[in-house]
Amino acid sequence: MMHEANRRIAPLILAAFGLAVVPFVTSDYVLHIAIQILLWGFVYTAWSLMGKFGLVSLGHGAFLGIGAYVSPLLWNYAGLTPWLGIPIGVLMAVLLALIIGYPCFRLRVIGHYFALVTLALSQVALLTIVAARDITGGSLGMTPRAVGHSWYALQFPEKPYFYAIALVVWVFGIGVWHFVDLGTGRAALDAIAEDEGAAAAIGINVMREKLRVTVASAALTAFGGALLSQYFMYVNPDTLSGIGVSLQIVFAAIAGGMYSAFGPTAGGLFTIALPEILRISMGTNFVGAANTIYGALLVIFIIFMPRGIIGLVERRLAAPPARI
Amino acid sequence: MLSLRSVSAGYGSFRALFDVSLEVAPGEAIGVVGPNGAGKSTLMRVISGMLRSFSGELAFEGRSLTHLPAYRIVEAGIAHVPEHRRLFSKLTVEENLRIGAFLPQARRNYAERSEWVYALFPRLLERRRQLAGTLSGGEQQMVAIGRALMSKPKMLLMDEPSAGLAPLVVNQVFNLVRRIREEGFTVLIVEQNLQQVLEVVDRAYLLEVGRIRLSGSAAELKTNPMIQQAYMGL
Amino acid sequence: MDIFLLEAIINGILLGGVLALLALGLNLIFGVIDVVWICYAELVMCGMYMIFWLHGFFGWPILIASFAAILGVAGLGMLLHLLVISPILGSAPINQLLATGGMLFFLQSLATLLFGTDFRNIGLRLPIIEFGDIFISYSRLLAFGAALIGAVALYLFLSRTYLGIAMRAIAQDREVMGLMGVDQRRIYLITSAVGGALAGLAACLLVLQYDVHPFIGLSFGPITFMICVLGGLGNMIGGFVAAFVMSQIIAIGGYYFSIEISYVLAFVFFIVLMFIRPQGLLAR
Repeated sequence: MMHEANRRIAPLILAAFGLAVVPFVTSDYVLHIAIQILLWGFVYTAWSLMGKFGLVSLGHGAFLGIGAYVSPLLWNYAGLTPWLGIPIGVLMAVLLALIIGYPCFRLRVIGHYFALVTLALSQVALLTIVAARDITGGSLGMTPRAVGHSWYALQFPEKPYFYAIALVVWVFGIGVWHFVDLGTGRAALDAIAEDEGAAAAIGINVMREKLRVTVASAALTAFGGALLSQYFMYVNPDTLSGIGVSLQIVFAAIAGGMYSAFGPTAGGLFTIALPEILRISMGTNFVGAANTIYGALLVIFIIFMPRGIIGLVERRLAAPPARI
Repeated sequence: MLSLRSVSAGYGSFRALFDVSLEVAPGEAIGVVGPNGAGKSTLMRVISGMLRSFSGELAFEGRSLTHLPAYRIVEAGIAHVPEHRRLFSKLTVEENLRIGAFLPQARRNYAERSEWVYALFPRLLERRRQLAGTLSGGEQQMVAIGRALMSKPKMLLMDEPSAGLAPLVVNQVFNLVRRIREEGFTVLIVEQNLQQVLEVVDRAYLLEVGRIRLSGSAAELKTNPMIQQAYMGL
Repeated sequence: MDIFLLEAIINGILLGGVLALLALGLNLIFGVIDVVWICYAELVMCGMYMIFWLHGFFGWPILIASFAAILGVAGLGMLLHLLVISPILGSAPINQLLATGGMLFFLQSLATLLFGTDFRNIGLRLPIIEFGDIFISYSRLLAFGAALIGAVALYLFLSRTYLGIAMRAIAQDREVMGLMGVDQRRIYLITSAVGGALAGLAACLLVLQYDVHPFIGLSFGPITFMICVLGGLGNMIGGFVAAFVMSQIIAIGGYYFSIEISYVLAFVFFIVLMFIRPQGLLAR
């Protein structure tokens, strides 16, 4: 039994060590990429909390956008530290999730209806941001007022600091994923995903379980959005809200594999690496090339590999099923 | 006309039919009887193409129909009146009949065909603009049969025509089957109601747990004790 | 009443016509095939680009270009069904949503790649008509008229032709269709073509009034989804009515505030309605 535990823990410890050591042995550029992968991986993992139970939201751009805009806005206009601004943003996202989730779930708005409602939601979020252009800067975006290195303002020109934050947050995200996966809520959500009527008949409070996972997902997404805008020191409605980013989130989670803990992060690796490679090899001549490839790949993945890259790997590594 | 040889079929890992063979000659009325769960409906679905058999052959008028999709089998001349009618409840009676005549060869004679069907079922003529879902059970059965007849079939498959109908209506339905026979159609009926069906058919097969246990003329089967056992015993 | 408000209301009705056409197309596909084409607005965008290139660049007469676009988008619809939808028809609805969502992304990005993000206009200046003090653009009236004709044509098709009845029947009982001698796959393909053709028609009408760019689908796609959900997914009449309701909110909201705010208002209205009347506007 000790062998089993050791065999599982060992690679994890090795990986953890490797991750921790990264900032000391690599350049700023690599750190920049790593931070993006970690933060976006966190966001994709947050989405997959809902996605794996059949609650496919095509509107997480709304939550991302709220998180990304609220704390910079409060910082710029009210001097409020992001330590307070970020939780406020998360709370607002939670509120929105409840306002949309409650009628949807109460009235059994699932599947197609839910996807369409969330799609409209993300677009509306973007439009709201653009409409309030006097304070948000509209389509041109906005930057939080820069004050150099400051814990109070959560701004760090030196990358290793943000790397550490991103790493901690990412691990937290994986932890939440496992918590949901192993907790009693999981069985309930699986039952709901399979057959809602039957689940309700055996006493599962369908509404509460769904709302819980939706709120968790929205909160974490908003949190990720806040960190992203804090890191980039720039936020723009097209990159952090709207349908485009909503679909990007979905694509990454699916491509990486939303049924496994590290799947969404693998998707993050893909969505960060691909544009970088394209940029390096083709320059900025082919705007939209990366997205075109994503879109095509998303479709291809859905048709041929619905369980994502990780799912494929897992199946290859798994022992053959026992014969009865 | 129709022949099945060693047909086996089922759903996934569940086998419902084992090695079933039967023959229907032109102009005959054949019954397939048996208790609940015997596999009668599965048999119908295999013949009409709604279900793919695991093994065995299906031939109609010398042509092989094995593994053909349902719409091809209808083209070949077999029409299936499904269990529980399966009408399009939000379409009118007339539209249901029209859909039955979807095949190009049936479309050409639509007017003539529908006149004939309405003559067979005068009640439907009155109700032709009513939504099919609002009709009574017996009337729905008439629509279902009429719809199948619209495709100009050579053979009619009837799947439990008496299911869910009141006894008086059941009588009417079997009278209809007699009339259809008189018009020259070959009929294969699957039924649980032993009494009624043996009055109407020439020959019958007994299907029990997916196998043909017995076959013979209706007269023989009426007095065969095995049949009573099959229905009571299980 | 303020004359400009009246103008806004009338424009709202005219807009409603085109939105109704879009809703009809989306509902048709959903009702028959049980799939939501999330990329429906992007198909319209393709149609608009087709007209732009055929008429604006190659100089084809506008009517011929329009006709070609309708056929073109009908073809796109069939391709979409063949290549993307039919492989995943049996699998979970989520897969279908994601596949068409992926297509949305793909089409938008492809358009950006091929045509750039510039706004293109076909440069057709149709006259503005004066009714007393109200100015209505001819293109809007034309769009409304054509949309209504399209809707009526669809209605006649669905109620009078064999194919139309088959499409309505398939929506009610898929399995039994084979027994009627109907090849399901053929019906799905034809439905996809009709849905595409409706999108193509909408493209012809929209290109008269708006510039085309890769993200134009976002201007009416989400609204169309809301309309369809409001009216009940698959409910053709519900969608038709809901289209006019929403277009009024947009028109009046746009008059009092801005166009972005009007969309937000429409969404808020939509959410509120979901709270109080979940079955959609037209409950049975």
